[in-house]
Amino acid sequence: MTAILAQAGQVDTGDTAWMLAATALVLLMTPALGLFYAGLVREKNTLNTFMMCIGAIAVATVTWALVGYSLAFDGTGKIVGGLHLALLNNVGFAPRAGTTIPQLVFFSFQATFCIVTVALVSGAVVERMRFGPFLLFSALWSILVYAVLAHWSFGGGWLAAQGTLDFAGGVPVEMGSGFSALAAALVVGSRKDYGRQALLPHNAVYVLVGAGLLWFGWFGFNGGSGFSTGNPGVLAFTNTLLTPACTLAVWMVLDTIRGSQVTAIGAATAIIVGCVGITPAAGFISPAWAMVLGAVAAVPSYLTIVWRTRTRIDETLDVLAAHGVAGFTGILFIGVFASKSWNGVADGLFYGDAGQLGSQVVAALATPVYAFGMTYALLKAIQALFPLRGSDHDEALGMDLVHHGEEAYASGEGAILIKPEGDIEDALRVAEPV
Amino acid sequence: MKLVIGIVRPDKANDVLEALYRAEVRGFSLSKVQGHGGELDRVETYRGTRVQMGLADKVRFEIAVSDEFVQPTVEALCDGAQTGEVGDGKIFIVPLERVVRIRTGETDHGAVTPVGKS
Repeated sequence: MTAILAQAGQVDTGDTAWMLAATALVLLMTPALGLFYAGLVREKNTLNTFMMCIGAIAVATVTWALVGYSLAFDGTGKIVGGLHLALLNNVGFAPRAGTTIPQLVFFSFQATFCIVTVALVSGAVVERMRFGPFLLFSALWSILVYAVLAHWSFGGGWLAAQGTLDFAGGVPVEMGSGFSALAAALVVGSRKDYGRQALLPHNAVYVLVGAGLLWFGWFGFNGGSGFSTGNPGVLAFTNTLLTPACTLAVWMVLDTIRGSQVTAIGAATAIIVGCVGITPAAGFISPAWAMVLGAVAAVPSYLTIVWRTRTRIDETLDVLAAHGVAGFTGILFIGVFASKSWNGVADGLFYGDAGQLGSQVVAALATPVYAFGMTYALLKAIQALFPLRGSDHDEALGMDLVHHGEEAYASGEGAILIKPEGDIEDALRVAEPV
Repeated sequence: MKLVIGIVRPDKANDVLEALYRAEVRGFSLSKVQGHGGELDRVETYRGTRVQMGLADKVRFEIAVSDEFVQPTVEALCDGAQTGEVGDGKIFIVPLERVVRIRTGETDHGAVTPVGKS
């Protein structure tokens, strides 16, 4: 039914209704990520960490409407799309080609992907990067990295053209953010106390609630990536339940083997890893293989976290392990276990088509190289113009006070109300030598 | 015997702990306090309401030591807590009348000496 309507260039009300809801679900993922990240940092950086995600909503929505969407989804150029859809030109109630939903809905749905991906990268630089340069970085990154990668795998670019299957964004969202995060951590550098003091998460409950809300939103993220209520979306929706649950189970076992206890923050991480792992594969593999993917995906990400914490690389919130590596696993998994009887598109190696694995390997190699290289160059360029981080004194005081003039847990004791007409020139924002 | 009270920046508390450990000062207690010590107030804004925060978060170390440990303790506190900017904190040294270790009933010098040393 959907296919017939799509061919006729008609809007389907059922599909549109689902996609409107799915878009809202995906938008929720960004504040959910903010909560997840905020719980993982120290108390004095809670708001700044959350605000990097909120800031991403502001910045990435604007860049997406201006040029990002057009560069990703206009035409089938090899590297980038055209500018016919810039500033939402030609984006209206008519269905997006190949779908049965109005292009306006398609635009919004894709915008929420760009937003959450920008927010993901912030996890590498929290607790030290200055807020202004981060917003500038977000704006440029959403165009130079996200829109380009989205074009490669969703918009008809060279990866899609050579047969790479990527259901909901293993390339632009997961590997794109994960390997960019590694580059960002290297350019910005580690926190001043990293490796010298224990820098602990300040609220594990936030982390768990954030992970839960992310999982909830992910049903829209994967379930909506079929752009209809047809079979691919339904399969993706169910797989989004199965895979993370299996990752969670395996992660608990890994935790038990390594430390004899099941940790709460480990469990929250496992949920993310599972959701990421199934993202590229959601509409392409059977539910049974999705469960296997969940179990398999836990291992490389778990090992990456164990390895990363032993290095000097302060990729603070392990975006590489949770997103880059799990996305990599998911992309390759499709090449082996995709089955035509479930997805109607292609078989993987296990079902007799070795060529599909080849297409997946190309994506799994090209994406990290581009994301890492471009992010590294972009941040170096910004660094030449503006310092990326503040003084040690600022870092000690905490980003909340320095960049936002607020505290997450202000007690109000000793606070004196300044009357609107009052003179605040006497008081400086931050304690300085008299 | 003296009670050494050191009030330091919260973000320097770990450095102080490290310095105390190196100075072989083993017994202390620590609490979070708020105070004001001459630094300029910071202004915060909450939905348009501007407030002047008169109190800053500090960490208060209380360390009971025998007389020969007073100087090493003070040096450790200074080493660990100093940044050179207003707000680094203060150290107060006050005489102690009596000390009792609850577990053994030891008093005074015996009670402020860590177990295993004499």
